Amino acid sequence: MSKQLDMFKTNLEEFASKHKQEIRKNPEFRVQFQDMCATIGVDPLASGKGFWSEMLGVGDFYYELGVQIIEVCLALKHRNGGLITLEELHQQVLKGRGKFAQDVSQDDLIRAIKKLKALGTGFGIIPVGGTYLIQSVPAELNMDHTVVLQLAEKNGYVTVSDIKASLKWETERARQVLEHLLKEGLAWLDLQAPGEAHYWLPALFTDLYSQEITAEEAREALP
Amino acid sequence: GAPQAVRRSARGRERRRRRAAEAGQAAAMDRFVWTSGLLEINETLVIQQRGVRIYDGEEKIKFDAGTLLLSTHRLIWRDQKNHEYCMAIPLSQIVFIEEQAAGIGKSAKIVVHLHPAPANKEPGPFQSSKNSYIKLSFKEHGQIEFYRRLSEEMTQRRWENMPVSQSLQANRGPQPGRIRAVGIVGIERKLEEKRKETDKNISETTIKNHFSFQAFEDLSKLMVKAKEMVELSKSIANKIKDKQGDITEDETIRFKSYLLSMGIANPVTRETYGSGTQYHMQLAKQLVGILQAPLEERGGIMSLTEVYCLVNRARGMELLSPEDLVNACKMLEALKLPLRLRVFDSGVMVIELQSHKEEEMVASALETVSEKGSLTSEEFAKLVGMSVLLAKERLLLAEKMGHLCRDDSVEGLRFYPNLFMTQS
Repeated sequence: MSKQLDMFKTNLEEFASKHKQEIRKNPEFRVQFQDMCATIGVDPLASGKGFWSEMLGVGDFYYELGVQIIEVCLALKHRNGGLITLEELHQQVLKGRGKFAQDVSQDDLIRAIKKLKALGTGFGIIPVGGTYLIQSVPAELNMDHTVVLQLAEKNGYVTVSDIKASLKWETERARQVLEHLLKEGLAWLDLQAPGEAHYWLPALFTDLYSQEITAEEAREALP
Repeated sequence: GAPQAVRRSARGRERRRRRAAEAGQAAAMDRFVWTSGLLEINETLVIQQRGVRIYDGEEKIKFDAGTLLLSTHRLIWRDQKNHEYCMAIPLSQIVFIEEQAAGIGKSAKIVVHLHPAPANKEPGPFQSSKNSYIKLSFKEHGQIEFYRRLSEEMTQRRWENMPVSQSLQANRGPQPGRIRAVGIVGIERKLEEKRKETDKNISETTIKNHFSFQAFEDLSKLMVKAKEMVELSKSIANKIKDKQGDITEDETIRFKSYLLSMGIANPVTRETYGSGTQYHMQLAKQLVGILQAPLEERGGIMSLTEVYCLVNRARGMELLSPEDLVNACKMLEALKLPLRLRVFDSGVMVIELQSHKEEEMVASALETVSEKGSLTSEEFAKLVGMSVLLAKERLLLAEKMGHLCRDDSVEGLRFYPNLFMTQS
């Protein structure tokens, strides 16, 4: 196999000499490239020592992105309990990268996060209303919790009545799920809302999107 | 109807050169119009090439490093340093093209002979030019392929069948003394929105529009070869399975490193390239050197996430993948190194100094909690100077060992000394 490997390495080197820039600069091409790899059963991001990483530089791109994602999530964890929308994560990561850094797409973030799961960090990707919530702490979230998060995505909060009406659950089931979210720090209780108690999800507050990470939060994030 | 086809006879070329020179008074560079560089709906990208310099006739001009793009309708040149400098010439303006081979110290070139600019032409970088031809110099190669494609487009004349709106190609380009004219920003924003909308219904054709067709072709060919490697590795893995014992340790190790290089999951064990390659052994030993001091600073224990960030920040480049790190750490114990990998019940993974005894730390944790009556993970973390993640794990371990018990309410998870145990 080593002869074929050398031949392949040469082919890849040739490809890299022509298109390495394209991969670095073009998010769509990155998607194409990785989808094709997945189809044939190759993981170009498995190892920094792989040919793909070494010659195309895709490794460094995603592994560094992983570091930036971890740092943003750690810095903001006390605000949102470890749950953040992909949009906010994207914005904060872009800010941290500065204006001369390579542009990253949301697809890039998702791929980097999928790799981070190997570290046992409890990173999770939860689809909600057309986008994703990124979980960065090992909080146990089962199907019930996820479904309620999806329900809350519309308004940023949810009530027991909302859950009963949309999901047709018993009151007790709804309350248990909401209590769990409160305990995990993913939801805040608003007893002064008109009508019944509102359970707000700080991860979904759009007002928080533009807020900068404070110096103290950044210190918390770096080891 | 001007003669468009590319012909090879030298005499024919000479004739056409003269004719073009006579026809063009204001020639060559003034044919270019400013453009945003975005393609129209009916316009397809054929090929692009970096590192192209433009000559006005024989003269070097300021456009010395750009990306040259060929579409079905236009030849587009975009400055590599300043993307706002982007100009195009319709293919219909080309009379004929010829090649100029590379020489010593000279890059290969394509000479493009042009019709005079039409009266109603949109603004471009030059008002007038005395030449009737331009030269494209390929400083980073690619001339051969580009010439081939350009010839093809000139023969097929696809722009005649697929009209694009003239007004949308217009762009006033960078104005002297101003960054952009306000009107341009509006047009470009609309074009960008249109492009984003097309992006939503992404299809193979649209994808090819957005980056080099050549890149896509090359990528497909490469993937075919990669797939062959995957098949080969499967057949070797089958041989290994069948010939259990006949395969040497060396050969297995080598096979695993091949899988590592290709990014292929180990077909025998289903782990990605399996742990135990030479690379991971070396990495494990390196980690000891890197992590000894940081671990001591942090009370002997760090989460794998912290380690990942610390190591990669220190490396700067040739970074480790998460799997590289995990696989290296899995070898620490086997290699009898002074660090070890530990996985808590929650799934949280940590690196500890061998000398670190988490169970002993539990005793001091119990003391701390008793002193304060009760503590949450956050409070404990702050008191002791640990990360919340690891603080929680320590308290959970203490609970598991029976020293603490919990009060789990909506106000948070709080730990108390387990009086059932101590006061029996």
